[in-house]
Amino acid sequence: MADELAHAAAHDDDHDHKPHGWRRWVYATNHKDIGTMYLIFACTMFFIGGGAAMLIRLELFQPGLQFFDPQFFNSLTTMHALIMIFGAIMPAWTGLANWMIPMQVGAPDMALPRLNNFSFWILPFAFTLLLSSFFVPGGAPAGGWTMYPPLVLQTGSSFPMLIFAVHLMGASSILGAINVVVTIMNMRAPGMTLLRMPMFVWTWLITAYLLIAVMPVLAGAVTMLLTDHFFGTTFFTAAGGGDPVMFQHIFWFFGHPEVYILILPAFGIVSEIIPTFSRKPLFGYEAMVYAVASIAFLSFIVWAHHMFTVGMPLAAQLFFMLSTMLIAVPTGVKVFNWTATMWKGSLSFEPPMLFALAFLFLFSIGGFSGLMLAMVPADYQYQDTYFVVAHFHYVLVPGSIFGIMAGVYYWLPKWTGNMYDLKLATWHFWLSAIFVNVLFFPQHFLGLAGMPRRIPDYAVQFTDWNMVSSIGGFAFGLSQLLFPYIIWKCARGGVRVGNKAWEGAHGLEWELPSPAPYHSWTTAPSDAVIARGAAH
Amino acid sequence: MNELQRANRNMTWKLLAIAAGSFGFGFALVPLYNVLCSVTGYGDQAKLLEKVSVIEHPDVGRTVTVEFLTDVASSGEWEFRPVKRRIQVHPGELYTAEFYAHNLTGRDTVAQAVPNISPSEVAAYFHKTECFCFKPQHFDVNEGRNMPVRFIIDPAMPSHIDLITLAYTFYDESSRVTQRR
Repeated sequence: MADELAHAAAHDDDHDHKPHGWRRWVYATNHKDIGTMYLIFACTMFFIGGGAAMLIRLELFQPGLQFFDPQFFNSLTTMHALIMIFGAIMPAWTGLANWMIPMQVGAPDMALPRLNNFSFWILPFAFTLLLSSFFVPGGAPAGGWTMYPPLVLQTGSSFPMLIFAVHLMGASSILGAINVVVTIMNMRAPGMTLLRMPMFVWTWLITAYLLIAVMPVLAGAVTMLLTDHFFGTTFFTAAGGGDPVMFQHIFWFFGHPEVYILILPAFGIVSEIIPTFSRKPLFGYEAMVYAVASIAFLSFIVWAHHMFTVGMPLAAQLFFMLSTMLIAVPTGVKVFNWTATMWKGSLSFEPPMLFALAFLFLFSIGGFSGLMLAMVPADYQYQDTYFVVAHFHYVLVPGSIFGIMAGVYYWLPKWTGNMYDLKLATWHFWLSAIFVNVLFFPQHFLGLAGMPRRIPDYAVQFTDWNMVSSIGGFAFGLSQLLFPYIIWKCARGGVRVGNKAWEGAHGLEWELPSPAPYHSWTTAPSDAVIARGAAH
Repeated sequence: MNELQRANRNMTWKLLAIAAGSFGFGFALVPLYNVLCSVTGYGDQAKLLEKVSVIEHPDVGRTVTVEFLTDVASSGEWEFRPVKRRIQVHPGELYTAEFYAHNLTGRDTVAQAVPNISPSEVAAYFHKTECFCFKPQHFDVNEGRNMPVRFIIDPAMPSHIDLITLAYTFYDESSRVTQRR
């Protein structure tokens, strides 16, 4: 950082002029600075949420209560989920969007720079509020991240903190999404038509619409919880004619699109990385766009598959089962197109490609267990067991998180102008890819054998696989420390890279110098440059 | 640039309007949910709390078991149980079942019973002519008494149903007021 500032001072008179010191960050309106702040914030939250996960695996290493009382254990699982979803994955995607979308569509910056600053700076306040709930009477929220009433209404003093933190995170992501949509719709360089846009931009456009449509629904649901708790309304209280099951419907009407919000940008990143390292254009670009749009549409009509066991008409169970299974069709289109992109390509296996390939294999495993869970009769067995935990961790860790890491390793040379330590990053990949399976694969067995989730203790027959899972967890957690180290080392120096850090890369960001200048595309790229970038 | 800024501002307001609409939609789901429940008859409180007048046409050839379950919202404050745990009934005939409630809260209070029936498809065929759940019940300190529910099952109820479970949860209304703080 000091180097960068000194560099800026030395070139005070060129167009790279940037504000100095804390003002550069607090008053930031530059999309690259805000993107960097988002990514640093997400990384911090990833390690805090990961710390909670380590404590969870520590308690579950053996049966019996070793370290924590059950209430605190429940706080750990609840907070781990909230931090990872709203603090790590979503801000990481917004950070990548900030960095890359203006460069990829040939825009000088995001459309609404001050709103951009605001939506970032809400987040530290939201998470200070949420994390400080560990220190209030009654402890941090422990009713699960899904906040089901009536249990969540029994939360102690941290209840309003939870609700307002969710409101703030929601506001931040809605504003961030609005900024992305306006940038993509209004700020594209002339000639950058919608069907020339890179897949990352496409997936983010659709994600942003999902965010705008469903985050306010979550805000509404938690507002109802708030008024039920403090102002005597009975939205979810049976005594006053309300229905707790209704909360689950409203929550999952938000919650299912939310899981696609967490994964769609990863689809975009993988769709950029696989062609680059296969040295072939993406197979079926338009089909990929339509597949993402179909997944987004279907995500609105499948929510009740999260709650088959609460009781609903048979016709509804059948509808939600079949609509859920239908999602496998566009997802299959994507998986086959990525595979077809590699077919007869000249492949090389740099760290971004390794992460993208692991994504392809392991996300598919998560997709298959999702299909199993979609089946109503089978779901009655799997509901609330470790099988569900294994399923959503397969789609979120080697899915979303590997997608983020693949993206960072892909664009890091563009951001810093330096190539990172490829050997160390390859180590990071192999340790992650091996131990993520040691960590989560045994949880399938535990779930099928009947181990319930969100429980600090378990029957002795589950001991062996829990130990394996915990060992995988500690090793996975430790190996993630390599990630910030590699980034830090790369930011400080390394082998300089040219405009195109990867020989097979296409797209407008690779037409810019490395490191990307503080202000890029102040004059829109020419049609020829755009055509060269849009290789599909 | 001005034109672009105006376009950006217009689009931002439109997207904010969509977000506000979604926020409203979240709340609109509440009446929508209730409408859906009353159309399908699943878990429909309005139906379960409806008082009807009926003419009896007993179908003596058919016997259905009705089980009664009771629960209290916060334990220790009430004794609440059915006088008979299960009875055999014929569809089309009017029956009376009694529930015993005993106020252990140590004060005068008002309580409300909330019914639930399963399987849920029965809700459309299970009619109550009178029920203690229709209105809040007043209890003096330490008062205990029996309370009746009179019901009749519509003979049109699908024939595969031979067991009905009627469950009541007893909520102390005054404690709900104090919980709000």
